[in-house]
Amino acid sequence: MKEILQKISECIEMGKINREAPFPVEMKGQDGVDELTQQALMEGISTQEILSQALMPGMENVGIKFRENKVFVPQVLMSAKAMSKALVHLKPYFLSGQVTQKGTFIIGTVEGDFHDIGKSLVSMMVEGNGWEVIDLGTNVKAETFIEALKKHQNAILGLSALLTTTMMSMERITKAIRAEIPDAIIVVGGAPVNQDFCDRIGANAYAADPQGLVEYLNSVVR
Amino acid sequence: MGKIVEQIKQGKILVSDGAWGTFLQQKGLKPGECPEEWNLSHPCDVTDIAASYISAGADMVKTNSFGGNRFRLEKYGLGHKVFQLNKRAAELSRKAAGDKFVLGSVGPTGKILITGDVSEEELYEAFKEQVLGLEAGGADAILIETMTDLDEAQIAIRAARENTRCEVFCTMTFGKTATGEFRSIMGVSPEEMVNPLIEAGADMIGANCGNGMFSMIGIVEEIRKANPDIPVLLNPSAGIPVYRDGETFFPETPEEMARLVPELLRVGANVIGGCCGTTPEHIWMLGEERLKNNLV
Repeated sequence: MKEILQKISECIEMGKINREAPFPVEMKGQDGVDELTQQALMEGISTQEILSQALMPGMENVGIKFRENKVFVPQVLMSAKAMSKALVHLKPYFLSGQVTQKGTFIIGTVEGDFHDIGKSLVSMMVEGNGWEVIDLGTNVKAETFIEALKKHQNAILGLSALLTTTMMSMERITKAIRAEIPDAIIVVGGAPVNQDFCDRIGANAYAADPQGLVEYLNSVVR
Repeated sequence: MGKIVEQIKQGKILVSDGAWGTFLQQKGLKPGECPEEWNLSHPCDVTDIAASYISAGADMVKTNSFGGNRFRLEKYGLGHKVFQLNKRAAELSRKAAGDKFVLGSVGPTGKILITGDVSEEELYEAFKEQVLGLEAGGADAILIETMTDLDEAQIAIRAARENTRCEVFCTMTFGKTATGEFRSIMGVSPEEMVNPLIEAGADMIGANCGNGMFSMIGIVEEIRKANPDIPVLLNPSAGIPVYRDGETFFPETPEEMARLVPELLRVGANVIGGCCGTTPEHIWMLGEERLKNNLV
């Protein structure tokens, strides 16, 4: 692999955004994702290569470490932030069609629940894996999810909940979507959610952690 | 020394109250409704929760103000009512508490410092605004709870310490990692929390919520390894919720939770109450267990 791609991947894993960024302390003064991505593009490396050989492996590494409890939420947030910085430089190429994304993933925290940290974290991990992500925010009603699914045919939907009380809302929303769009693919996640609950409410899959979702999504498209 | 810590220093074991959020839901709070708004719209129901715990034998009750900071209240369009809602929260618990203590509940803001989502000054101001309301309403102590980030917890402690005359308590929330260690979702271990929280000015520290009573034993052991003297407060949830037929159940019964009291006292806990899913019956049983152990 090209050395610069390796470096970008490491910066993403460590959450090193740019040269000025104080985090992580041990990379102080070094170039971050921002500078290195621009440099890679100037060197003529394709956006596809940057995406698949730098961004994706970087995010994958941090996703695996998070699942294994070797890193925690702050590290993943910083990695995601670094990744977003790279995406800013790559976005024009996505739009021009030079890079094809794997598909569209729609995500939102269910009605009655205003928690967004977990949902945003998942959304960034999926984006970093090469998906178009449509984040509907928090406290999202069934109709809003249905509308988004109708607008983006073939998109996969992710529902998030942090509170035990909003699991009921997740069930109601899943059933409402199912009634309207029977073949919708619905994935559920969040602290109180488990596989048993997923089966009961008729969702297609449960993801225990962001990396688990990424793996599920890739298994569905490929 | 504040009154609560003074009692602990005299060797007393105190019982705190149980859940508020799940209790409010039983009384009809709907998902998506602002719990703190009930301090104005349903004062009887809120006071009744505090009274239920006092009748169950609690030495202290919390206030209905967990999400009473401007960042959370803004989501309900109530960002301009921080002081009023918190003052009312403390007044309602005060009314029920009589000569028992009132702990002004302060939860996390949901904002993240490390990503630059919010500044330290903004967090400090938000907590300051909230604790001033709680003190004005008659809180004896400020209980900063369910914290996962050390920096946010320290800022909240400082805001309470520097702006009120209340005692300041702080409990963080820990889960168990794949390798069996206790960590908050932000990666903080019970041992790592001890000195920073005390240095920021906490009079009592501990843990709340989490995955049930049993884990609290290991958490207290870790805290005690780092500091043998600091008073320790525990408010565990009644286990991990189970979802059945459209409702959530917390599996740990009052008897199951109370059975672990002697062990928790042995490892060094000073105040025991409950979090999500615990009821006045749980608190009653904790008190009974304390009597059995002759620790009043």
